[in-house]
This record gives sequence, structure tokens and C-alpha cells, in this order.
Amino acid sequence: MKSVRFTLAAAAAFVVVVIAAGSPAPALAAAGGVKPPEHNWSFDGPFGTFDRAQLQRGYRVYREVCSACHAMSLVRFRNLAQTGGPEFTQAQVAALAAEFKVPDGPNDQGEMFERPARPSDAFPRPFPNEQAARAANNGAYPYDLSVMAKARNYERGFPLFLLDIVTQYQEGGPDYIKALLTGYTEPPAGVELQPGQNWNVYKPGNVFAMPNMLNDGQIEYPKGADGRPQVPETAQQYAADVTAFLTWAAEPHMEQRKRIGFMVLSFLIIFAGLLYFTKKRIWSRLPEHSPGHT
Amino acid sequence: MSGPSTYVPKLGIAKWLDARLPLPRLMHDSFVVYPVPRNLNYFWTFGGILMLMLVAQIITGVVLAMHYTPHSTMAFNSVESIMRDVEYGWLLRYMHANGASFFFIAVYLHIFRGLYYGSYKAPREVLWILGCIIFLLMMATAFMGYVLPWGQMSFWGATVITNLFSAIPLVGETIVTFLWGGYSVDNPTLTRFFSLHFLLPFMIFGVVILHVWALHVTGQNNPTGVEVKAVAKDTIPFTPYATIKDAFALVCFFAVFTYFIFYIPNYLGHADNYIQANPSVTPAHIVPEWYFLPFYAILRAVPDKLGGVLLMGAAVVILAFLPWLDTSRVRSMNYRPLARQCFWVFVVVCIMLGWLGSRPAEQPYVFLSQVFTALYFAYFLVALPLLGLFETPKKLPGSIAESVLGKLRGGSGSIVGTAATAEPNTKG
Repeated sequence: MKSVRFTLAAAAAFVVVVIAAGSPAPALAAAGGVKPPEHNWSFDGPFGTFDRAQLQRGYRVYREVCSACHAMSLVRFRNLAQTGGPEFTQAQVAALAAEFKVPDGPNDQGEMFERPARPSDAFPRPFPNEQAARAANNGAYPYDLSVMAKARNYERGFPLFLLDIVTQYQEGGPDYIKALLTGYTEPPAGVELQPGQNWNVYKPGNVFAMPNMLNDGQIEYPKGADGRPQVPETAQQYAADVTAFLTWAAEPHMEQRKRIGFMVLSFLIIFAGLLYFTKKRIWSRLPEHSPGHT
Repeated sequence: MSGPSTYVPKLGIAKWLDARLPLPRLMHDSFVVYPVPRNLNYFWTFGGILMLMLVAQIITGVVLAMHYTPHSTMAFNSVESIMRDVEYGWLLRYMHANGASFFFIAVYLHIFRGLYYGSYKAPREVLWILGCIIFLLMMATAFMGYVLPWGQMSFWGATVITNLFSAIPLVGETIVTFLWGGYSVDNPTLTRFFSLHFLLPFMIFGVVILHVWALHVTGQNNPTGVEVKAVAKDTIPFTPYATIKDAFALVCFFAVFTYFIFYIPNYLGHADNYIQANPSVTPAHIVPEWYFLPFYAILRAVPDKLGGVLLMGAAVVILAFLPWLDTSRVRSMNYRPLARQCFWVFVVVCIMLGWLGSRPAEQPYVFLSQVFTALYFAYFLVALPLLGLFETPKKLPGSIAESVLGKLRGGSGSIVGTAATAEPNTKG
């Protein structure tokens, strides 16, 4: 008996040591990048919602900077007006769409033609195909950004990954993207970069084909009543805004999801409470009711 | 166990049907008057929970299939269009994807309950083996379902797992070509996986019916492992007692399930699966879904491919041999002090294998995987066969009723006796 207990204790201790020693290290080693800082997003947590103004600014950043190379072909202009998103008005959406020309056809002459985009159209692609995109970008392919916020993450390690269940940390993707957009530095001494390569602190492996695209004052934001922009026109702010926009684009029904979730969960908890007391009542009918049955 | 039917049809139509197809009688005998051991704890509620999970998966899955396009160039975008444009499509898909995980959470608790209380022992061997078959079918279904969104992990997971069959001597390559429908994972692979993913749940449903049938022939095991001796004293009718208890447990389980669906729907998934499948880009780490990680660790613990495949297969198949590997005549580990400790070590071993399965295949993880793989098999091949011969079990209660009523009186003397020989479990 004693020896078995000892073995058990030793095994448990071994397990704890292994987890403690093994977990955080490979997270960094495997990623080859620094863990991004946790940004305070408006869409964090069980009651998080998108900030409409931020999403509208984010669209502007995408429109003026990212869309030169990156497609978002799963997003349609009409989505910009839908509830839980940037909530542009229908007229604004029609105007935003009309800024683009999209191919259509064939017409009754059998010819393809171009027309202004309509709200039902998807965001147009900047390049007709992957080869054209690569040819224009030193061989690197600018990925479609439609679900990018869900397609990137970083390893949280033990025990954070368990705590994330309770804290509902779901923003690994947005945190990584925002950090990446503002994570450019000079390469360390002794590292020589080829043309078309850039050094980024947060990119796994650090070498990143995309150059720094966001600089302070580069994009003009809507002005408030006092004639000044409501948020600072800085690279940090641009990065946060466009990341929020990408997060909405990847999860356009997030607000509805969290709202319904609260109702469903509240119902189930109350229902479970009622069932518990019903169960106790029914089981108390047993003549030899045992405390083990509660 | 159930004894003669006590169903008495009252309505005219009920009498008419009873004489022709006694379906109401079957239901009445199976889910109303069916005698349930009175001392079951909440670990016995997972059977019912699993039944409902299967139904939920089938319903959400059938609706998803109405909107899904099984084609390598369209599958990824069709899943995204379900998430974006189908009314409540995001809900259906998150229910289905997280449903698979919660199906496995429930089935693992169900299996570990069986391991702890010795539910696999005579006369429940067939019941147990049917359960093993369901588990195997579930694994196949879940694996093929994960391929359907056609993301990077779908594609590369499918590539890794189907490639395992190539380790089989002589016919391996042929089998892989057959699975792929070509010479690499591509559109024909996707379409056949979709077809099979639709078929297998109904096969599971069929085996579940056999599983429940076998259960209702032998009756349920219980925490003491002592068979029912006097139905009147040891059991209570399924309805209302088990029904209301199962309902409560089920709603609690669904509350946790719901929390994941609505608040952290992607927690159990992998970010790489939101990148469309690309045969020319390999992900940094190919990892399966969490519920396969222990088996994945066992697979990679062996340097030889065929050896790894065989060992991984053995890790699942060995469960089916448990009724004959465990030599003890006592079922419940509540009365087996040494086996109980081995059981908890085994639980830790499984968790550690799960963690190791998520690590890259490099040292020290490979070595640790080998250690824990050895411990995994030692539980089945060393601990359980030998313990039955050497272990001195605690004294078993005379009956289920005695174990419950003894507790009520506050006296525990009759249950926890000191060293005594085990009373053989006679079939009740």
C-alpha cells in the first residue's frame, strides 16, 4: 500500500514538473516570435460589442491601405449596413460600393463589361489571380483577409489556456494582428535581409514579406464638431481600427451570438435549478430515502 | 432482469396496437417501469446525455448538409457562407463543431465510469464490446467530419491519417489509393468522406439500439458492483426517478455545452482550419482535434511507422478485451484499494498522453510519450490481470439496498469491512 501511494505521489509530482517545465518554452521556440500584448477590445467578454465608429474607421483603413493588395472576397458591401456591423446607412453603402468597378457579363452582345459595384457585390479583388498577386509582390501572396482574425492565433501555454475558458479570451487572432501591424523594427545586428523582406518582432521567424504599411497621420479620419478627429491619427490607432474591422468581418454575427447566448444560458440555469428541486421532491417519495440520493 | 411485462393498455386503440405491434409496450417496459438500481450516481447519466448528443448531431448535421458543397474548390467558402448568410447558420455550425467535442467529453466520462465500476465484467461483455464499436465508429465519423470544412488542418490531418494505412504490408498503398480516390488527398477524398460522414451516424444509431438492448437484458451495473438481488428492494422504476435525474444532469451538461457554443465557439478548434486547404503549404504543426491527442501521442511514440499504427490501433482495440484482462471478481473499484490507485494513475497517464500529442515530435516529448504509452498498456496488460490475483478487496455489501440503507442508519461497518475475501458476484 505505502509503496503504491508513494509511486502515485511521485508520478503526480513528475507530471507537475513536466508541465511546468515543458509548456511555456516550446510556445516561444515554436513560434519564433514574441507573444503579442493583450489589447483591450470593445468586443471582449460575454457582453462585448463592436464599436460602430471604430469599424467604420477600420473600413477606411482597409479601403485606403490594405485593399491595394488584399482581397476580402467573402465580405459583401451590403454586410457593411447589417445590424451588428459598422452599420453604415444603405445610401452610404451604395456610395461606398459605387467607388469600385467590377467585371460583369456577358451582355446580350456576348461581351464582358465593367460596371460600378452594387451593395450585393463582394469586395473586389485587387488582383485577378494568385499568380498576378505574387508577380506584383516579390513572389509573396497577400492573403484574403475575410476570416483572417480567426485564422491567426498564438499559443497561450499552461495554465493560461485553461483560464481562457473562464475569462473567455477569444482575441488571440486580433491581438496578434494588431501587434504584427505595428511590430516592425530594424533587424538585429548581423541579420541581413533580402529585398522584399522585413523584420517583425511578432511574426514567427521574424522575416515578413509585408512591409510596414501604417504610419502616423497617413489616413485622414472623420472630424468631430470641433474640426478635430475624434481619435488620434496614429499607426497604433489605425492598426486597432482595422483589426476590429477584420474581427467583425470574420465573425459578423458575434453580437447576435453573445446576446442569444446570454438568454439561452440564463434559461438553462434557471431550468436546471427547477429540475434540481423537482428531482429532490420526487426522490423524497422513496420510503427509505437516503442522503446519498440528493 | 426486467421480468414479465406489466403494461396494461387502456384505450381501445392501444389495445388494438398492442395486439399487432406492441411498440407502446416496449417503450413502457424500457423507459417507465424498467428497474434501475437505486444507488446510481451522476456518472450514470451520461448514457442518456450521449443519446441526446447523437440526435442533436444528426439534426444539425442534416441541416448543415443542405447548405454545404462537398467540392474541394467550394467547400471552404460554402462553410463560410453558412456562417455568414444562412439564417442562424453560425449557430448550427458552432453547435455541430462543438457538439463533436462534447460528444467525446461525454463518451470519455461514460467510458471511465465503466472502467472504474467494472461495468465491462460478466454478464455485460457484449454490452461493453458494443460500446467499443460505437467509440470506434465515433472516431471515424469525427475524423471525416473534421475534413469537410477543407481548411489546412482538415487537409493535412486527412493526409497524415490516411497515409497511416500505407504502413500495412503488401496492400497498404492500394488501400490508401482507394481511400483517396486518387494519388493524393483531393476532391474525390472529400466527396467520399462527406458521403461516409453522413452514413456513419446512422450506423452508430443502429449499434446504440443494440447497446441499449443489451443493457436492458443484463440491467445496469451500479457503484457497489453488486448485482440486483431483490428487484423490489434494490431497484426503483425508471420513471419518474431516473427520468428526472437524467433530465437534471442533461440540462447541466447542456449549460456547459451552450457556454462553449455562444461564448468561446472556436476554443476547441484550431486557427489553421480557417485557412483554406493548400496542398503546397504544410502547417508548422499538424495536430488532430483534442479528443484524438492521446492516440496521436501513442502513434508518434514509436519510431517505426507500422509499429506506431499497430500500437495506436491496439490502444483502442484493447478496450474490447477488458472483460477478460481484468481477473478480479469484484467489479467496483470502491472495493479494490490497489486497483483504484492504478485507475487514477491511468487517468493521469491519459491526460499526459493528450498533452504530449499536442507537442511537436521532438525530444523530450518523444521519450515521454514512450514512457506514458508503456504505462497506458501496463494498466491493461499488467495491472488489471495481476491485481485480480493478489489484491485483497474490501468486504462488499450484501445487497444494493443494504449499501444504501446502511448509510442511512449512519453505520458503515457493514460496507467497509477489513480484509476479507471477496464475495463472488452472482448474477442476479
